[in-house]
Amino acid sequence: MKKFLPLIVFALLCIVPFFGLSTYVMHILILVLIWSVIGMGWNILGGYTGQVSFGHAAFFGMGAYAAGLLYQHLGISAWWGLPVCVLILTALSLIVGYICLRLRGAYFALATLALGEICRVAAENLVDFTKGNMGIMLRERTWVDKTWYFYIILLIAAGTYILIKMVMESKLGYYFVAIREDQDAAESLGINTTFYKTISLCISGVLTGIAGAYYMNYMGYIDPSTVFPLSEVSIATVVVVMVGGAATYWGPIVGAVIMVFLAEEIRSIPFIGAAHQTIFGIILILIIMFLPNGIVGDFRKLIKPLSRAKRECHHEFN
Amino acid sequence: MSLIEVRNVSKQFGGLAALTDVSFVLNKGEILGLIGPNGAGKTTMFNVINGFYPPTKGDVLLKGEKVSNLKPHVLCKLGVARTFQVVKPLQRMSTLDNVIASAFIRTKSKAQAEEISMEVLKFTNLYEDRMFISKGLPLGKRKRLEIARALATKPEIILLDESFAGLNPTEINEQIEIVNKIRTDKGITILIIEHHMRVIMSISDRIVVLSYGQKIAEGTPLEIGRNPVVIEAYLGEAHNA
Ligand SMILES: Nc1ncnc2c1ncn2[C@@H]1O[C@H](COP(=O)(O)OP(=O)(O)OP(=O)(O)O)[C@@H](O)[C@H]1O
Ligand SMILES: [Mg+2]
Repeated sequence: MKKFLPLIVFALLCIVPFFGLSTYVMHILILVLIWSVIGMGWNILGGYTGQVSFGHAAFFGMGAYAAGLLYQHLGISAWWGLPVCVLILTALSLIVGYICLRLRGAYFALATLALGEICRVAAENLVDFTKGNMGIMLRERTWVDKTWYFYIILLIAAGTYILIKMVMESKLGYYFVAIREDQDAAESLGINTTFYKTISLCISGVLTGIAGAYYMNYMGYIDPSTVFPLSEVSIATVVVVMVGGAATYWGPIVGAVIMVFLAEEIRSIPFIGAAHQTIFGIILILIIMFLPNGIVGDFRKLIKPLSRAKRECHHEFN
Repeated sequence: MSLIEVRNVSKQFGGLAALTDVSFVLNKGEILGLIGPNGAGKTTMFNVINGFYPPTKGDVLLKGEKVSNLKPHVLCKLGVARTFQVVKPLQRMSTLDNVIASAFIRTKSKAQAEEISMEVLKFTNLYEDRMFISKGLPLGKRKRLEIARALATKPEIILLDESFAGLNPTEINEQIEIVNKIRTDKGITILIIEHHMRVIMSISDRIVVLSYGQKIAEGTPLEIGRNPVVIEAYLGEAHNA
């Protein structure tokens, strides 16, 4: 059953457009899938490799701007942003990796935080190139209907899931986790930690960038404060993965579902709606305190009170 | 034939001279003991040999080539593996996965890495514990896991840092057997740090003694046991303690 779960979910999602759901619901589903991709991308670096980034908006925004600027300056379809951003984000990741990955722990997190902010400020100020705070708008949308947008992001999400699963079951995955668990031990066991951290960053950056490039195409409009923000993207990414469960296959997806729905719900509540960022902050603190491995990682702990009978005989080794 | 030659190595941490002008060779096929009172610089010597710190002065040679400025992962690839005195298991990975991660240095295929790991786990008597999360293992087994991981990298030389510390007598005997088998069955050359006198005297072919970062003696276990300078260094420690 567990083995077929991904297939079942995928099949169900494939037939969703036939249910005749409202555009609003389709929009929410698309947002969930975008956040799943961003979360899965972050998870490779932050969850599996243990290099926590507070600057994934840099990668997301770069992808979005890659698509937008191709359209703006070369007059070609913004969909070209999807393949092109792979190159751009690999280059960015290599540069960032070279500078930041020699830093460990909190210093790396701080450096990535700065990176996201640098990108936002640059996008705001390079007005001739990026149109600054005016943002970039696609004059015509590819489809009016959301069906194809949905299928495209569904394919991207499924591809991301498969890629991550393949990576994590290979030598690369073992090396990522070894680095997370103990860098000195990993290094002495023959793992070139700088090199493999850079690889992890590249995969993570590219996946997040693809989500960004898709976002440009889907929303039809971007500006620095929507694709490079610290709280709405960089921090939100961390929240999504932590809530769902870092270093699990399903964590980012579960986290995306919960956080997108919560965001919509909270935002529509009068008075406190404006404070939804604060509420996310509180949720993050509660999760870290009570479910440090997220909903997926601590699933057993979560259902324990519900299945009392099992409690006695269940011994977790860790 | 000398596999490793430590040539006039000094290591300075700020004002502290952890090693001062130390030289010795590790010959192919031997078990060389490295002893000395606490803080003598033994672990620092390992960290210099395996590339965690470059020496402040002097050189480390591997089969005649200078390797003093290479990183640990390169040295591992060249056949120098080590264990840590303060064990460093990959905590949330199973015992088996710990060893698989190490075996990947010689192969890209997971099946092959697993095969190497199974053999190593049996060799170190950890096969039964292979599915357990490594941070839950008792200390004795974590010490053995250090050895298992090092072996999985298929080294030519293995550096063992206090693999016997904290073990009970039964575990010590089991560990002695494993260390001896590493040489006889696998033909691996061993440099071993040990405080346990009974162990080091029975296991080593030769012994190098460090005290306050300096080499104060070198010789067979018998010679070392009778050496007044060595006895003084250890008694001095006992007096101060
Ligand atoms: N990274 C470091 N920075 C500063 N000082 C260090 C460092 N590593 C070791 N030292 C110092 O160098 C000296 C030698 O330490 P080392 O760990 O090599 O001793 P040791 O012989 O292994 O001792 P033990 O038997 O207690 O393990 C000690 O005084 C120690 O405090
Ligand atoms: Mg030591």
